[in-house]
Amino acid sequence: MAELPLHTAGPYVAAAYIVFVALILLYVAIMAGKLSRIERELGELTELAQRTREGQDTL
Amino acid sequence: MYGRRLPALALATFATLTLTLVAVFFWAPNDATEGFLQKIFYIHVPLAIITLGGFVAGGVMAVMHLRTRDARWDMRSYVAIHISLVFGVAVLITGSIWAKGAWGHWWVWDEPTLVSFLLIMLLYATYQPLRFAIEDPERQARSASVFAIVAGVFVPINFAIVRLSTAYVHPRTLSNISGNLPGRMQVVFYLALVSVAMLWITLWRYEMTSKHASAQLRALKRLLGGDEDEAPARRSAAPSVTHLGGVR
Repeated sequence: MAELPLHTAGPYVAAAYIVFVALILLYVAIMAGKLSRIERELGELTELAQRTREGQDTL
Repeated sequence: MYGRRLPALALATFATLTLTLVAVFFWAPNDATEGFLQKIFYIHVPLAIITLGGFVAGGVMAVMHLRTRDARWDMRSYVAIHISLVFGVAVLITGSIWAKGAWGHWWVWDEPTLVSFLLIMLLYATYQPLRFAIEDPERQARSASVFAIVAGVFVPINFAIVRLSTAYVHPRTLSNISGNLPGRMQVVFYLALVSVAMLWITLWRYEMTSKHASAQLRALKRLLGGDEDEAPARRSAAPSVTHLGGVR
């Protein structure tokens, strides 16, 4: 196999490494979505705990 | 707790990956035959090795699940296979990019390494639909574990068969027959292997921490709101977090 000159091989190498980084970033973005859902659920839970406490105080 | 020491692990992974990239582009010499194009191998081959290792690890975790009936092992196996699938997609894309540069084709069907890897990926692509098809969480976990074990055994067998096949067209990175890496290239390759392995472990723990947090939240919601407030669990391919109960 003949060696490819740098200007020809360069875009292929760049593309391969960009794909690798892009996939990791995509994965992190998806995980960030899950994290914000956990945060939202935690907020709901805090409200629920506050309501429960207020109910106990009324009694 | 999966989140313990996760920030330190993530930082170490980031540092190792950065060091690897610097070593690949500024320290490792260009290959005498392929030239600059060979740099793709420092990411493509470690990704492939770790992907296959991840599938086998998923199988081992599935064995632990069937042995102990502990739902946490099912979750660990599920996450291991999930991350390996993501890595596998990267292997197929980076490999295709290399093939286009080296052979002039994105894909060749008469090359055993390529086709066998695609077969493994297609096999594991059925893992999530299999889980999704089974509604009962216990049955889902059991069937998924059996699948993970059988497929996990298939991976090394498939790898050995391809190695033993006579058509040595695909370049070998670690072999006594051809393509052994000299000096600095070998050091960089092993560094890349370590950094990709660390990335896999970091992502595995990252996702396990997220699943663990979800499970704890769900459990807390049940405790505070009572069982009657709990909405029926949505059908999912992922192990049911409610089913995990006291997940640790």
